Amino acid sequence: MIIAIPTGVKVFNWLFTMYRGRIRLTSPMLWFLGFVGLFSVGGVAGVVMALPAADFQLHNSLFLVAHFHTMIVGGVLFGFFAGLTYWFPKIFGFTLNERLGKCAFWCWMVGFLLAFIPLYILGFLGATRRIDHYSAALGWQWLFIVAAGGAALVCAGLGFQILQLIVSIYRRNNNRDKTGDAWEARTLEWSTPSPAPIYNFAVVPVVTDRDQYWVTKLNHKAVPKIMYEDIAVPKNSSLAVAIAAGAFTTGFSIIWHIWWLALVGVIAVVVIIIVRSIDDETERIITASDVRNMELSRREELRRLAS
Amino acid sequence: MKRLAVDPQITGAAAAADKTTLGFWIYLMTDCLLFASLFATYAVLRHNTFGGGSPAQLFSLPYVLTETIILLVSSLTTGLAILAVERREVRSIIGWLTVTFVLGVSFLTLELNEFFKLVHDGNSWQRSGFLSAFFTLVGTHGLHITIGLIWLVVLVVYCLKRGLSPMVVRRLKLLSLFWHFLDVVWIFIFSIVYLLGVSS
Repeated sequence: MIIAIPTGVKVFNWLFTMYRGRIRLTSPMLWFLGFVGLFSVGGVAGVVMALPAADFQLHNSLFLVAHFHTMIVGGVLFGFFAGLTYWFPKIFGFTLNERLGKCAFWCWMVGFLLAFIPLYILGFLGATRRIDHYSAALGWQWLFIVAAGGAALVCAGLGFQILQLIVSIYRRNNNRDKTGDAWEARTLEWSTPSPAPIYNFAVVPVVTDRDQYWVTKLNHKAVPKIMYEDIAVPKNSSLAVAIAAGAFTTGFSIIWHIWWLALVGVIAVVVIIIVRSIDDETERIITASDVRNMELSRREELRRLAS
Repeated sequence: MKRLAVDPQITGAAAAADKTTLGFWIYLMTDCLLFASLFATYAVLRHNTFGGGSPAQLFSLPYVLTETIILLVSSLTTGLAILAVERREVRSIIGWLTVTFVLGVSFLTLELNEFFKLVHDGNSWQRSGFLSAFFTLVGTHGLHITIGLIWLVVLVVYCLKRGLSPMVVRRLKLLSLFWHFLDVVWIFIFSIVYLLGVSS
């Protein structure tokens, strides 16, 4: 209950992000709706298992397996896919193929339900997880067959996603995000060009309303005279990768009891951190004129793409 | 049009120092959580000696009191080093940091000696739940001290090579925060593990 009640509040938070909005069933929205629905179902199943009397039956059963897959796939993965599809143009400058995205979603959604609803039922009937054989007289087989069919459908969904990525990259010139505002969105990241420039915002936006970008677009406000300023950005550094390599070596060798290698990894990490500390200036300045030039050339490129 | 009061892209040494100090305080608080959970674990497992030695049988108060006094004095010398930083006296800073280093190494030597003695007598972390919790808690503190000592050496080298640049001053102050924090944690270890352990 400590988990279920706050998470239930979160579900209402997510639902209210759509309140009085103009909802279009684009592929990120479909992933989002699937996420909220499945997450609620999985959460309710979790509450069931919090009751000791029910848990006595459900512990280590396929009901548990179905519950946590609903949370991990419906909750984590669908949410991740929603975010990835939505912000893909902001990251890479072109949108993913909508039609293939919708095919992928529906295969995943239907396939997931087909695969895991039978598992909830089987759990109630007494099937434990990691079962290696069961008596034919139990009558479980058709449920397992339905679940296998669902798994095949999920596989098809995965195939559509890979195809979507390939097709979208191949046709990237046809689905470029020319305006920087691929979804007619209301939040400020869409006021920057896609892909976002290294400094993110050329000028820090002035915010007077909750949905600032939306208000700006509605009012057709004249763009205020832009005063470019110097922007400090973090310098690139390859040392982070080196530290990660050292940390990986340490973890790997501790797991496999290779103590000398673990020591090498720890020493490498410490030495690299000290080397990093030698650099006094970890930020660099992009001067106002450089920002101006980058913005203007970007705008020029967009004009060329649009024509 | 008026800009908002807080500009996230403010630059300059002052802003950077503020951010770093705040970040370091947040780090120290997360470290507090780490030690809190280790203390809680120790409190739960304290009586689970599995037929082995209890705190009262294994710990020697005079020995631990010596460790404690050494660490407390090292905190004092860190404070004196920071006073020297305020006066920008490099030689004095390096002198006090050297004293701190010697005291820190002494503390660590005493602690490791205690560990070796326990393990040698068959009272390693594998002996009982109590000893697992003890070695994890006190060992984590010792690991922090080790990191602090490495940090201290690096900063002394910077002092010698570059003098008191703003970066070095900032890091010296963070090191002193870290060191005082470890001192406070040790007070708790001394009270909860050793004093309470020997008295009960």
